Amino acid sequence: MRKRKGGGAPPLEFVAGNGLMHRRALLQSGVMFAGALGSGATLTSAAAEPLTEPEWSLYPGAVTPVLQTPSKYEKDVVRTLSNPKGDARTQHARAPLQKLNGTITPNALHFTINHSGIPDIDPDKHVLVIHGMVREPLEFTIDALMRYPMVTRKHFVECGGNSAPMFSPEPIQAPLQALHGLVSCAEWTGVPVSTLLDEAGVDPKATWMLAEGADSLAVSRSVPLKKAYDDAIVALYQNGERIMPGNGYPMRLLLPGYEGNMNTKFLRRLKVVDQPAMTYYESRNYSPLRQGLQVLLRQRGKILHHPAVVRLHHERPGLLRDFRHRLFRHRTHRESFGLRRRRQELGRSCGGRPGQPEGVHALLDAVALGRPAGDHHQPRLGRFRRHAAAARRLHRGARRGQESAERARLSQPAL
Amino acid sequence: MSMFKPRGASLLVALAFASATAFAADSPHLGKPVSEADIKAWDISILPDGSNLPPGSGTPAEGAKLYVDKGCNQCHGDNGRGGASNMLVGNPSLTADGITSNKTIANFWAYPTTLFDYIRRAMPWPTPHTLTDNEVYAICAYLLAANNLIPQDQAMNAQTLPKVKMPNHDNFIIKFPDKI
Repeated sequence: MRKRKGGGAPPLEFVAGNGLMHRRALLQSGVMFAGALGSGATLTSAAAEPLTEPEWSLYPGAVTPVLQTPSKYEKDVVRTLSNPKGDARTQHARAPLQKLNGTITPNALHFTINHSGIPDIDPDKHVLVIHGMVREPLEFTIDALMRYPMVTRKHFVECGGNSAPMFSPEPIQAPLQALHGLVSCAEWTGVPVSTLLDEAGVDPKATWMLAEGADSLAVSRSVPLKKAYDDAIVALYQNGERIMPGNGYPMRLLLPGYEGNMNTKFLRRLKVVDQPAMTYYESRNYSPLRQGLQVLLRQRGKILHHPAVVRLHHERPGLLRDFRHRLFRHRTHRESFGLRRRRQELGRSCGGRPGQPEGVHALLDAVALGRPAGDHHQPRLGRFRRHAAAARRLHRGARRGQESAERARLSQPAL
Repeated sequence: MSMFKPRGASLLVALAFASATAFAADSPHLGKPVSEADIKAWDISILPDGSNLPPGSGTPAEGAKLYVDKGCNQCHGDNGRGGASNMLVGNPSLTADGITSNKTIANFWAYPTTLFDYIRRAMPWPTPHTLTDNEVYAICAYLLAANNLIPQDQAMNAQTLPKVKMPNHDNFIIKFPDKI
């Protein structure tokens, strides 16, 4: 937007660099805007002038490079860093979401969080080991993995702490990048973890898979084997090119829907076990605190809640209502009936043990609310919804059949 | 299914397909078999029941010396009271500052085995993977004793460490137990 000629109004402050104006500035100059528009003036009021050849059209352009980078005029479209000097702590790079469009985040702008910097990994020397409760431990080179059938999927990856400023007691005046920049979306290509696990031959008694990176902290997380078999990928490509160093080069675990930290970067080891390891990053760093409320949404002893929301209910019930509203929008009638019931139960089960601090293990962070297995609420249903419910039951049954078939597919170990 | 082919052929095709999915015979099998002995140097994951804890032992007194010698105090402060990095010794209120409260070994950590696992895999921050198993046990013993979680003279080893009772152990809730 141009500065207006002769006008008394100060230039507007752009808060997001995408044509957005500072809210206060808009409010202050609102009257003036109304007057200007009312009198027929526009914000781009300069009269058209005869066209001339611009400078860049008068001589041949630059040499075509082997690797192209964005125009120099886009130099402001960059990530913001939390630790630019690389001090001995975590480094965040937030994606400039407000300056991007479409669903894919360009690789150079994909958000990253590195707990001890970006390791310089030679792909020719890096290997992936699968061992533990398997019939035969295996070691895969990158060259070997490149010859496997791969899948390509678009997935968001989001830090477990993204949007944390939204939980502030007061609204924060900050650009989108600072508030929500720890989420990005890419098209990931790689080898299904299930293929590799099947080749190693998983012990049917195993339930978890420990994933570990080759960074100096050897960041490690526990992944349910069920998830590993469901849709986990050893990703080698990001938006068609090899994964960026900050995103886990030469390969990373990709767990669609799970919080970013579980998508182990610089992946070098998968150990099949029968219990979660309760590593530092899952039993301390990414285990959020909650207090006061014993159970937010409880059904048959299964706890379905988002810990941050639990705390919000404790201190800011209004925000919790907003969060619920967002959830309800995506629920079917039957499920929202269940939620309503659970919300009623909530009234009786609030409180917890007074003054007793609690933590929540962030072992599984798929979604804020999951539908529990064995849901047996039987709300009053109309004929149409009865049919729908029956169809869903059938679908569930089919899925169970498929899962048991998959279980049978697991090769028998010689343990 | 084509109606022009003999029924036997289609049955064979169906059987072949079924066996391929049943034994994953169609996957490339390009992994190189490796023995657990060869993986040992990388196999550093410790489970909460103490599985995979290595032989060795260390006392709080040895750990107190190592805490200084290895430079732990440079980030975590004298006597573990905190500095540029996390407080290691001390029991501040978990509820004082809500979600931003200081989570320490004494007030939050649920498993003593996490201590060994993390120190061995990640510390000291500038030079990880350099401590011996005895040294890791000693530093664990020092931190647990300084937090009054074990007697001042109790050595930590593969038997004693998993048995340490962490004060906050019973206050955790697994978010999606039905999926585990």
